[in-house]
Amino acid sequence: MSFPSPDITPISAPYWDALKAGRLLFQRCRQCNHCWLPAREACPQCLSADPVWDEASGRGVVVSWVVYHVAYNEAFKSRIPYDVTLVRLEEGPQLLTNVVDSEAGRRLEIGAPVRLKIEREGELALARFSLDAAHADSNNRNNNSRIAGATSV
Amino acid sequence: MRGKAVIAGVGHTAYGKHPGRDRVSLIVEACRNALADAGIDKQMVDGVLVKMANAEPTILYGQKVAEALGLRPRVGCALDQGGAANIALISYAAMAIDAGLMNIAIVCYGDTPRTGSRAVYQRPRGDDAVYGWYSTAAGYAMVHQRYRREHKIADKAFGAVAVACRANGAQNSNAHLRQAITMEQYLESPFVVEPLRRDDCCLLSDGAAAVIVMSASRARELGLAHAVPILGFGQGQESWDVHLRPSMTSTAAAGSADTAFRMAGLRREDIGVAQLYDCFTVTPLLTLEDYGFCKPGQAGDFAVEGGIAFDGDLPINTSGGLLSETGTPGLQLVIEGVRQMRGNANLQVTNARHCIVSNQGGTMHTHATLILGRAA
Repeated sequence: MSFPSPDITPISAPYWDALKAGRLLFQRCRQCNHCWLPAREACPQCLSADPVWDEASGRGVVVSWVVYHVAYNEAFKSRIPYDVTLVRLEEGPQLLTNVVDSEAGRRLEIGAPVRLKIEREGELALARFSLDAAHADSNNRNNNSRIAGATSV
Repeated sequence: MRGKAVIAGVGHTAYGKHPGRDRVSLIVEACRNALADAGIDKQMVDGVLVKMANAEPTILYGQKVAEALGLRPRVGCALDQGGAANIALISYAAMAIDAGLMNIAIVCYGDTPRTGSRAVYQRPRGDDAVYGWYSTAAGYAMVHQRYRREHKIADKAFGAVAVACRANGAQNSNAHLRQAITMEQYLESPFVVEPLRRDDCCLLSDGAAAVIVMSASRARELGLAHAVPILGFGQGQESWDVHLRPSMTSTAAAGSADTAFRMAGLRREDIGVAQLYDCFTVTPLLTLEDYGFCKPGQAGDFAVEGGIAFDGDLPINTSGGLLSETGTPGLQLVIEGVRQMRGNANLQVTNARHCIVSNQGGTMHTHATLILGRAA
């Protein structure tokens, strides 16, 4: 099996194109200001079909993570053990990613601050992250008992 | 709806490997056994409700099963809710019978992921596959990680679920995996998608199961001695995929249980035995909390202290659950609930007057709850 390809549609193309240009975008509803990923036509909160693309600051925190010890696709066999990490952007949306310096998850903890680190993967640009030591102290790690994230304003 | 409908018959195939057999043939075998168990002729059945197959879902699947059963039912369908569909279909059958749409329904499911294709459980998860996001297990691993960190749950808590279910399954002659494990063996089992160890994960099993639903009054007319009354049922839906959820450590299972308890007119302490969907060990722990048997973050201690073991305060999965009896998703838990309420279970819980059964599907996307009472 070869490296997987995202299903790029007219709705999601701006997201993937922006990553190639070094920017991480999310959608915001012009009617109710709800912010979300992944791309969709209508706001899942107020159902208006009036989203605009905003650029993320690139700062976020770790919500949870897993570490693969088996490869379900040959393309990932040389990478195990590898992390897949759930990150909440400071603007609210959540996304799955890899934290490139997590050392297979060993350096991760809930609430750990991370920073965008876009990487090329063949023809794609991916929104990976790295640990953000500069913001580790200012981060309030006790304020993460609930995941605010993509489903709240 | 309390007590209006009953489960009048149950049937299943052997669980494990059925090389060369297709899922519809397995379903026919399970239905044949359920009809024999109820002691009714198939021509009395006028409803065929099928849980959608996980692999290779096809259109008009419910009708394909009805054809194989040689029936022209008044009501027939296939429902996709993942594992929650079993109890959802039983509750829809009870309501449709009450409304006069049909008289006697078969609710059934079968699949062959063991010897057939298991691709659905290893699938790429949408566009996120570019980050290596694959498999059913990974979604539960994400929940398991968040739960253990948020509530400081010891690994032994998850192990206690595996140990309890495997101990029960080891005594079940029809269990797919009849091998008890110790806590030490659990802790030494290799990681699959960390923090999930091999022994946190349920089986992949070929097999089929079926139950027969009718009104309580019809069961009395037919003189069916071991009909088990359906006292309550409920459902709840999470919708958001696991990584988009407001919370990973509480689910819509709570509302599902509340609806069922309200219908049944029962309290948590009235439940003597529980069959909790155990696709992964974190699932029954969260279900104990969502259902109100434990406070948030306390199901782990309850499990470690033996609360869920066969001799505990609330024995769970008395025939082994998905971790040991069969990975077939969910209907076997209903069947074991029926055995407990008939009083003829292999590991019978004495004095249990009510049994609760949980079903769920996806990565805790869908939830359904069933409360059963003792056979008359």
